[in-house]
Amino acid sequence: AMGLGLTAAPLRAATGLEPNSYEDITSYNNYYEFGTGKEDPARNAGQLTTDPWTIKIDGLVEKPGDYALSDLIPQMTTEERIYRFRCVEAWSMVVPWNGFELADLLDLVGVKSEAQYVAFETLYRPEEMPGTRFPVLDWPYREGLRLDEARHPLTLLATGIYGKPMPNQNGAPIRLVVPWKYGFKYIKSITRITLTDKQPKTSWNMANAREYGFYSNVNPQVDHPRWSQATERRIGGGLFARREPTLMFNGYDEVASLYEAMDLRKNF
Amino acid sequence: MIQQINSRIRQIPNWALYLLGAVPVVWLYVQGFQNALGPDPVDVIEHRLGLWALWLLIAGLCISPIQRNTPLRLLKLRRPIGVMAFMYVLVHFLTWLVLDVQIPSQIWADIVKRPYVTVGMVAMLLLLPLALTSNDWSIRKLGSKWRQLHWLVYPAVILAAVHMILQAKGFQLEPMIYLTVVLVLVGVRRTPLYRRR
Repeated sequence: AMGLGLTAAPLRAATGLEPNSYEDITSYNNYYEFGTGKEDPARNAGQLTTDPWTIKIDGLVEKPGDYALSDLIPQMTTEERIYRFRCVEAWSMVVPWNGFELADLLDLVGVKSEAQYVAFETLYRPEEMPGTRFPVLDWPYREGLRLDEARHPLTLLATGIYGKPMPNQNGAPIRLVVPWKYGFKYIKSITRITLTDKQPKTSWNMANAREYGFYSNVNPQVDHPRWSQATERRIGGGLFARREPTLMFNGYDEVASLYEAMDLRKNF
Repeated sequence: MIQQINSRIRQIPNWALYLLGAVPVVWLYVQGFQNALGPDPVDVIEHRLGLWALWLLIAGLCISPIQRNTPLRLLKLRRPIGVMAFMYVLVHFLTWLVLDVQIPSQIWADIVKRPYVTVGMVAMLLLLPLALTSNDWSIRKLGSKWRQLHWLVYPAVILAAVHMILQAKGFQLEPMIYLTVVLVLVGVRRTPLYRRR
């Protein structure tokens, strides 16, 4: 619906990845604005209005403003990226996203030199989001990236799955995808992007800083306090799917240089 | 009317209750084998079994207040409910062990290191002697000690509800409701209302 350009040559970020079925990807979601059960978003997100959609881009940018998504998308190069998806809950999927690089959008709006972080906000519209009637989290959902993470070519703003417009339960019409981080960093239904010089507050970190760090890079050596992150259960494998080892940075080693000087145990 | 209900309940054979109690768990696994539980069947089975166990434990706690405050005679149901609750806890635990965690070294690490697993384990271990002594022979053999032993059901159910709260992400309503219900049912036993009669 949003003028989703499909690519000529899909970019395969990792070879030999077998995507999960469309059914799996769209019926097993964490989107607490629509309920905390995995099947709640598919059940409750149908009522979400995603057209028209504007994103407020503000803070340390040359061209702040309210950008209509229908104007933005034709200016971006949309491509397919098949990425591993690792949830902080120790399950994983493979998702064929359609989207464009966040770096391209940042270039379009012009990032001021003082900017060091990018902050994101999800839509907060209680009348369409039954899950927000209870303070599971401090709404609206907030996430953030360091500017170099945001500019990394792996980082996407996704507008579709399997060549179809992004389903509401997956974060329509536009969501973040950062494949080397845990899924909760992939903020959904983005309405605001703010460039800032301070590390932004992020929802899960605000809710429980001991369990959810700002970086939240996939790391098999740093356990979540309540479960091990060493292995993961691939969704779609049925009742007897074996656990698989979790890969550092979810297998995207090319991002390692972003964290060279950092203690990833402290900055988890 | 009430007397009719009471006599009907008295007539239900225990084996029928156990058979009925086994239906949900068998049905859950049949669905699991048929791949009818959605993308993550292990998670669904684990959570539903845990929930069933908690429901049965809560139902068990309701029996004696009902017995004391209404003409309904449900005491006969308490043992089957209690034993079935333990069976659900056991299958819940085995599902977690065999289908979810899978890796033996990780199982022990989880039990010792993760508070929600530790709390769940303690609750199960508290219920084990109760399940083992839920028979006429044990009641005769243990005499007054039987009652003292079965007092352990209170800490066990409270820990089960805490276990549910500890595994939830964020501030969720449902586990809070369960803990409140459990605390009310345990608390009511210390009130004059309960001691009457």
